[in-house]
Amino acid sequence: MSAATNRTRDTSGLGVARAVAFVSPALLLIGLFLVFPALWTIYIGLTNYTLTGPASVAPAFVGLENFLGALDDALFGNALWLTLVFVLGSAVLGQNLLGFGLAWVLRSAKPVVRRVVEALVLLAWILPSVVVAYLWTAVLDRDGGTLNALLGNESTAWLVEYPMASLIVFNTWRGTAFSMMLYSSALAAVPPSQLETARTVGASGWQTVRDIVFPHIRGHVLTNTLLISLWTANDFTPFLLTAGGPNHESETLPVFIYQQAITNGELGYSAAISFLLLIVNLVVALLYLLLLRRRS
Amino acid sequence: MAAIELTGLSTVYPNGVRAVDDLDLSIDDGEFFALLGPSGCGKTTLLRTIAGLERSSSGTISLGGGDVTRTDVGKRGVAMVFQDYALFPHMTVAQNIAYPLRVRRASKQAQQDAASTTSAGLGLAELLERRPAQLSGGQQQRVALARAIAMEAQVLLLDEPLSNLDARLRLEARTFLKRLQRELGLTTVFVTHDQAEALALADRIAVMADGRIRQLGTPKDVFQRPADTFVANFIGSTPMNLLTGTAHDGFVEVAGARLASPDLSLADGTKVVAGIRPEYLAPAAEGITGTVSIVENLGVTSLVTLECPGDVLVGLTVPEHEEPRVGTAMTAAPAPGRLLVYDAETTRLL
Amino acid sequence: MTFHAMLRRTLYTVLIAALLAFFAIPMLWLASAPFDSDPGVGLRWPDWTLDNWRITFEHPYALGSLLNSIVLCAVATLVTTVLGTLASYALSRVRIPGRDALLYVLLLLSSVVTGTAAMVPIFVMMFQLGLINSQYATGLVIAGGMLPAAIFILKDFIDSVPRSYEESARVFGASPGQVLLHVVLPVARPGIATIMVWAFVQAWGNFLLPFLLLRDVSGQPAAVLLRTLKDEGGSANLTVIPVFSLLYAIPVVALYLFVSKRYGFRFHGGIKA
Ligand SMILES: Nc1ncnc2c1ncn2[C@@H]1O[C@H](COP(=O)(O)OP(=O)(O)OP(=O)(O)O)[C@@H](O)[C@H]1O
Ligand SMILES: [Mg+2]
Repeated sequence: MSAATNRTRDTSGLGVARAVAFVSPALLLIGLFLVFPALWTIYIGLTNYTLTGPASVAPAFVGLENFLGALDDALFGNALWLTLVFVLGSAVLGQNLLGFGLAWVLRSAKPVVRRVVEALVLLAWILPSVVVAYLWTAVLDRDGGTLNALLGNESTAWLVEYPMASLIVFNTWRGTAFSMMLYSSALAAVPPSQLETARTVGASGWQTVRDIVFPHIRGHVLTNTLLISLWTANDFTPFLLTAGGPNHESETLPVFIYQQAITNGELGYSAAISFLLLIVNLVVALLYLLLLRRRS
Repeated sequence: MAAIELTGLSTVYPNGVRAVDDLDLSIDDGEFFALLGPSGCGKTTLLRTIAGLERSSSGTISLGGGDVTRTDVGKRGVAMVFQDYALFPHMTVAQNIAYPLRVRRASKQAQQDAASTTSAGLGLAELLERRPAQLSGGQQQRVALARAIAMEAQVLLLDEPLSNLDARLRLEARTFLKRLQRELGLTTVFVTHDQAEALALADRIAVMADGRIRQLGTPKDVFQRPADTFVANFIGSTPMNLLTGTAHDGFVEVAGARLASPDLSLADGTKVVAGIRPEYLAPAAEGITGTVSIVENLGVTSLVTLECPGDVLVGLTVPEHEEPRVGTAMTAAPAPGRLLVYDAETTRLL
Repeated sequence: MTFHAMLRRTLYTVLIAALLAFFAIPMLWLASAPFDSDPGVGLRWPDWTLDNWRITFEHPYALGSLLNSIVLCAVATLVTTVLGTLASYALSRVRIPGRDALLYVLLLLSSVVTGTAAMVPIFVMMFQLGLINSQYATGLVIAGGMLPAAIFILKDFIDSVPRSYEESARVFGASPGQVLLHVVLPVARPGIATIMVWAFVQAWGNFLLPFLLLRDVSGQPAAVLLRTLKDEGGSANLTVIPVFSLLYAIPVVALYLFVSKRYGFRFHGGIKA
């Protein structure tokens, strides 16, 4: 035990040495499998490392070539654009609006209805992604798919003809639960007296949301949007549904990185792209923490 | 031999607060000792320092003659009851009580025996299989006591053990605690900010302020002769009248009256504060005169507030059937020997 | 009731029904296809049979992959829970120099370094170390990814355990080890159980990392095998896929039900509980 000079307030009686010993194994694992890879991406991204061939044995340092190459790569531009569309469509609009809508509508629903709907929405969220991918293949398939059966048409291969639209609907279905729960708890914190006041002066539902509810949950909307955008941009599930196809039409960044790294073996190039994704993640996460801190 | 001996003890928190400040104190074997003071004066810190939960910055602590200043917590032979009782929620009452033995790896049999003997003495025998959440506040308090007693330590430290109980239960627990302490003969240090509790329970009281002891004495001493105006203000269920005035010809002049002062041979014109308890003021022919402005019923007695010359307020208690009417004039004088005179500058008793 | 109110009522019911249908219809396949004698991709009223189950159990890799999943999840869950608990306890109770910065970095790491963003270096690292196809190593990689979030949630739980419990135990003479074993772990048990379930569900559903790191079909967990079944022999194996999907999904759903019943469905800083 340290002497009176080092007066840490240590109610557990662990002492700094033992505490460090407790933290170290976890930090070691995090360092090995999270921090080191993140940093190593930078290095790999500056080489022409490949999975096979001569550069797999002796990769050469190529400076910023990979990053410059990305600027000219139409497929990278395509992936970036599709990721943006995917995030805007399924997270910023889809999950956000549907999540809020569900939270708002379910407030006044019968408890049974509320529980059933909530359970289904949550189930969509917690089922493993491989299973979920099959579920939606069954919905969207051309031959005997549920959607075609419902529409009475037998000819639309949704995942082939409208791959991005399909992915956006799918991901809205998949991820709405988080927004719904977040907005439910945010709505519960809106003073009922204010809602009643709005009703007594005859405000419509939309006016109530705009004038009473929105000012209360503005902070939640921002932080929620940041989080679900970050998750959506990093989501690998599109790979399971369309694998980026047809002809790169649904190749979002995660799928692009995978194809470049594993299918094409371009490890250096894909590491450079990963690094860009890491930077975007970092910016979004910092923004998120900043907003959280400001709110509290 | 003193059970607890503190010399020059200071405890400084990392943020620089001197919660215990150069404190000397000696507590006798088997004594029931109360630490009394307003919130934040350092009572809990002192207790925690004795237990070893806080490290002292300077000074020494010895228990039963042995220096324990640098001994780790848990090895000092000190038991403690926390203000929130800190009963382990996942253990039954029996397991809670036997915990000090479990730590020492005593046999299961010894643990059971300790739990049943100790619990019997505290009326907990029926509750041994319950969990703390299934107990009332008073029962929890007794389980916490039982657990501390089961440790068989030489010293028992209690941090506001009654403050979580409602008023009625508090009185019962008070009597119970006193009886228990007498039976066990344990040296007990008891923290409270309730002066009535300290007066009722303790053999001796230390009144603390800002990490220092302001007065040390028996309840009688502290109640009858508070050592300074701080203590005078703090002790007593109705606050003591503290009236500023000057000394003249062996009298003190306060609130437009001349009161016979104890024989202090004060120089004329000395600024003083006269302290008189409302209980020791009684209606008289001569003395402090004022207009009755408020009458508060305290049960057996009533507290009368007089407005005296110079906007000075003076309180006195009268038997309930002798209540004066509001607005009438009234004169009151201190009972013989009950007038205390404090130096206005040092605030000490003269 | 006025006409207007009736219209509103009807619209509301239709809206709820539509939402229910949107969320429920995709899932019905999981209930019907496993029991259909001629399972197609689409949804239809099944021609009841249990043959699919027999064929699935006879599949050379199906049961083995479930076992692989269990091994993988056990490693990841155990490592995450044990190391996470120790670390969060120390971080909660002791002011280690640089603690606040460390916690901030951990919070950032948990969301910034995602599997997708780190797949290339992790693949290269394991490739160079010759650890491709090692289940234990893959379990550790998954644990490393879950630990920052786990530490954060657990620290929240342990922070809320009153300090006086530990202090009280120490006054009675308990050593730091006894304090941890007798008091902290039992009191924080709901939190630890939550993390265990969370880690298990995360590891069970993780597709990308095992997909990258376990290339040998006999060592693949259910998540990866299920994907492999899609291209097995050139076309999707529609007899096995539905049954196997259901088998693979059941533990997750069961655990979710267990947790929401036992502790109420809570979520911490955006982490699926
Ligand atoms: N952990 C701490 N760190 C820094 N300062 C502290 C700490 N604990 C207490 N203090 C300060 O030390 C002083 C004494 O606190 P202590 O808890 O001993 O008071 P107390 O007499 O027990 O009060 P109460 O009657 O309210 O329990 C206070 O000014 C308090 O703000
Ligand atoms: Mg206190």
